[in-house]
Amino acid sequence: MWVQQICLVFIENKNIIMDTLELTKEKKTKAAIENISGSEAVLRAFVAEGVDIIFGYPGGAIMPIYDALYDYNDRLQHILVRHEQGAIHAAQGFARVSGRTGVVFATSGPGATNLVTGLADAMIDSTPVVCITGQVFAHLLGTDAFQETDVINITTPVTKWNYQVTDAKEIPSVLAKAFYIAGSGRPGPVLIDITKNAQLQLFEYEGYKKCDHIRSYRPKPIVRKEYIEQAAKMINEAERPFVIFGQGVILGKAEKEFQKFIEKAGIPAAWTILGMSAIPTNHPLAVGMLGMHGNYGPNLLTNECDVLIAIGMRFDDRVTGRLDKYAKQAKVIHLDIDPSEIDKNVKATVPVWGDCKETLPILTDLVQQKVYPQWLQKFTDCMKKEEGKCIKAEMNPDTEILTMGEVITAINELTKGEAVIVTDVGQHQMVACRYAEYNKSKSNITSGGLGTMGFALPAAIGAKYGAQERTVIAIIGDGGIQMTIQELGTIMQFKPEVKIIILNNKFLGMVRQWQELFHQNRYSFVNIESPDFVMVAKGYGIEGKSISKREDVKTVLKEMLDHKGSFLLEVIVGKENNVFPMVPQGRGVAEVVLGKDEL
Amino acid sequence: MNFKNIIMNKQEYTITVYTENQIGLLNRIAIIFSRRKINIESLNTSPSEVDSVHRFTIVINEIEDVVRKLCRQIEKQVEVLKAYYNTNEEIIWMELALYKVPTEIIAEEVKVERLLSQFGAKAVVIRKDYTVFEVSGQREETDAFIKVLEPYGLIEFVRSARVAIIKDSDGFHKKLKSFEYKEPGETVIENEFLDKNQEVFSM
Repeated sequence: MWVQQICLVFIENKNIIMDTLELTKEKKTKAAIENISGSEAVLRAFVAEGVDIIFGYPGGAIMPIYDALYDYNDRLQHILVRHEQGAIHAAQGFARVSGRTGVVFATSGPGATNLVTGLADAMIDSTPVVCITGQVFAHLLGTDAFQETDVINITTPVTKWNYQVTDAKEIPSVLAKAFYIAGSGRPGPVLIDITKNAQLQLFEYEGYKKCDHIRSYRPKPIVRKEYIEQAAKMINEAERPFVIFGQGVILGKAEKEFQKFIEKAGIPAAWTILGMSAIPTNHPLAVGMLGMHGNYGPNLLTNECDVLIAIGMRFDDRVTGRLDKYAKQAKVIHLDIDPSEIDKNVKATVPVWGDCKETLPILTDLVQQKVYPQWLQKFTDCMKKEEGKCIKAEMNPDTEILTMGEVITAINELTKGEAVIVTDVGQHQMVACRYAEYNKSKSNITSGGLGTMGFALPAAIGAKYGAQERTVIAIIGDGGIQMTIQELGTIMQFKPEVKIIILNNKFLGMVRQWQELFHQNRYSFVNIESPDFVMVAKGYGIEGKSISKREDVKTVLKEMLDHKGSFLLEVIVGKENNVFPMVPQGRGVAEVVLGKDEL
Repeated sequence: MNFKNIIMNKQEYTITVYTENQIGLLNRIAIIFSRRKINIESLNTSPSEVDSVHRFTIVINEIEDVVRKLCRQIEKQVEVLKAYYNTNEEIIWMELALYKVPTEIIAEEVKVERLLSQFGAKAVVIRKDYTVFEVSGQREETDAFIKVLEPYGLIEFVRSARVAIIKDSDGFHKKLKSFEYKEPGETVIENEFLDKNQEVFSM
C-alpha cells in the first residue's frame, strides 16, 4: 500500500518512483529468504523432487523430521511399516514398478541398522532409493550415545553414496545430490544421516535447486560410435546371434528401443531374472529365462551361438555357471552403462559403453534386417524337450497334490499377464519366474542379486503404491512370509490392495532340494512349521483362504482377485517337488539338466 | 608385448586416485580392497597439483587384470575423479624413513660422515641422548640403512607411504576442466582385449 502512496506523491518524478520500486523489490527478495528448520528443508526437498510417499518408522533421533511431517500430511503420504526392513523393501517395490525413487525414513541406531539388508538388496539390484536416517546430536557423535551407531561406515559398502549432515545449511544441496545420484546412471541406494541438531537448526533457506551435475560423477559414459559400428558388423556377419538382456533395459526405459532392435535384427532374446517383463513373455523372439533355473534352450544354446549380445546385464554367476565353460566359442558384445561391468566377469570382444536408450537406436540403424529360422528352431526344439521332461510334470502332475506351476498358470489365465507379480526367494520364486506371463514392463519384482527372503510382502505393499491401478500379487513361500509377516499390520492399517499367495510346501524348499540332490537327502533343518496363515491374516483383518485341491485353484484365485481389498491365499503344494531344469553349481551352462536322473 | 605375461604375473602396481576431499572417502576406497581380500602395501593421501583435488597413492601386489578391475571400481565411486594404475617402471617413486639411534654409540663407533654421504642420509635432530636420521629413496635404500644402524642399537624406525609421480602424465588440470563440463567425458577405458578373443578366453 505504501508504494502506491509514494507513487501518488511522486507521480511527477519518475526517477524517484523507479528507485522506490527497486527498493521494494530488494526488500522482497530479502523477505523471501526465510528461516526454516533442517527438518522442514528435508520435506521441501521431497516435494520439489516430486516425492509423494514415504515409507518409514519414527524414533528418537528423527523426531524433528516427523514433527515437520505432521504439517505435510496433504502433500506427503507416510506409510508406517512394522519394521524398517519393511520400509526399505516397500520403497524398493515402489521404485521398481514406478521407475521413480523410493524414499525411506528411519531413526538412528537400530532403525538404521535394520535398513542394511534392504540397502544391500537395492545396491546389487540397482534400485533407486533415498534413505533418511536420524542421528544423535553432533556433539554426541562418537560418545556411544543412546541409539548411536556409525551408520555411515556400516552402510558404505551397500550404498552408491552416503553422507552425514551435521549442519542444516547443507540439507538442500545434499538432498539434491542424493536424488540425482540415486536415480541417474546405474541407479542405487543413497543414505543421508542427519544429526538431530541439524534437523532442529534454523537456517536461511534460499530455495531448492535440483542437482544435474557433480564433477567427479559420470553417470553416463560417452557413446562411442566406432564400437557400435564394430558391434553392428559383428552382428551382421553372425550366423547364430543370441541376445541376453537384464534389468538395464528396464532401468534405462529402453523397452521399445530394445524390442525394435531384436525385431529388426531377428535375434532370439533371453532375459535374466531381473530383465524379465521388459518385453512381453509371448514375444515371438522371446526364448525364455537364463540362469540356474532358467529355460533349457537359453542355457544350452549360450554355448552354441557365435555372437552373444549382452544388454544391460552383469553376467552374474547364477547366469553364467562356470565361467571357463561359458560361451567360449562366441564373440561377446556387451552394452552397459556402468564401465566397471565391462570385462568384470566375461571379457567383451566389443564393449559398448553408454545408456542403452541411446546406444540401441544407433545399433538398430546399423544392423541389417534379418531372420534366423533355423537358429530359432533350435530354441523351439529345446523348449519341446523341456516341456516333455519338466513342464509337463509341473502342469499335469499324476498325483492329487498341487504343484506351484499349476498355481502360476492359473494366475496367468486370470490376469492375462497384466498383473504385477512380486516374488520372494526360493523354489516358488523360480517357478513363478519360469511360468509367469507378462505383457507390461516393470511387472516382475523380485530380489534377484541378494536373494533376500522376506522381500516380497513389503515390496508388494510398495509396488501397490507405485502402481495403484494395477493388480499386485505377492507370491511367497512358507519360509519367506514368516520373515516379514509383521507387515500384514501395514496392510491392515493402510489398506493397500495386495493379493498374497503363500505356496506352502512345509519345507524351506530350495535348500531342501539341494540337500536332496547334493547332500544325500540329509534334510538338515529345512523342516519348517507354520502358523495357521489364514487365522493370522484374519487377526490382521485380512480376508484369507487355504486350499489344497485342484478344483479349487481357479475359483478361489478368482475370488481372491475379485475381492475388494487385500486377500491371503494359502495353497498347499507338493512337499518334495524339485525345480528343473537346473545348472548345478560349478558346472557350465551347457551342462544344464532336465531332471534328477541326469545329475 | 606378451599379452599373457602381463595378465598373469603378480607385481607391484601403484594406483593413483584423484578425488574430491571428502570425509569417509578413504573408507570407501579402502573397502574396495578389503572386500576382495587384497592387502594394501602402502597408502598415502596428499593434495594434488590442482587446488581442491586430492590424490591417493596406493601400492598393491596383484596381477594386472585384478588391478584394472579395482581401478574401475574405485572410479565408480561418486567422489572419485579418476584412477590410474602403473608399474614401477612407469613412475618415479620414493619413500621417506626416519631412524632414531643413541647418539653416544653413533658418535663413538660410526663414521657418521661416511653414512651421510653413502646413503644420502641427513641428521634431522642431534641431541645428547639420541640422533634422528632421515633417508628418502626406494625400498632397498631405506632397508639397507636399517641393516647398517641395527648393530648400533636402532631405537625407533618408521617409513612413510610411497609417493609417486607418473612419468607420462601431463597433470590433471586439463582433465579437471572436462570433468567440470557437463557432458560425459571423452575418457573411457580402452578395451585392450578387442579382437583378442582367443587369448582372452585362454586365461
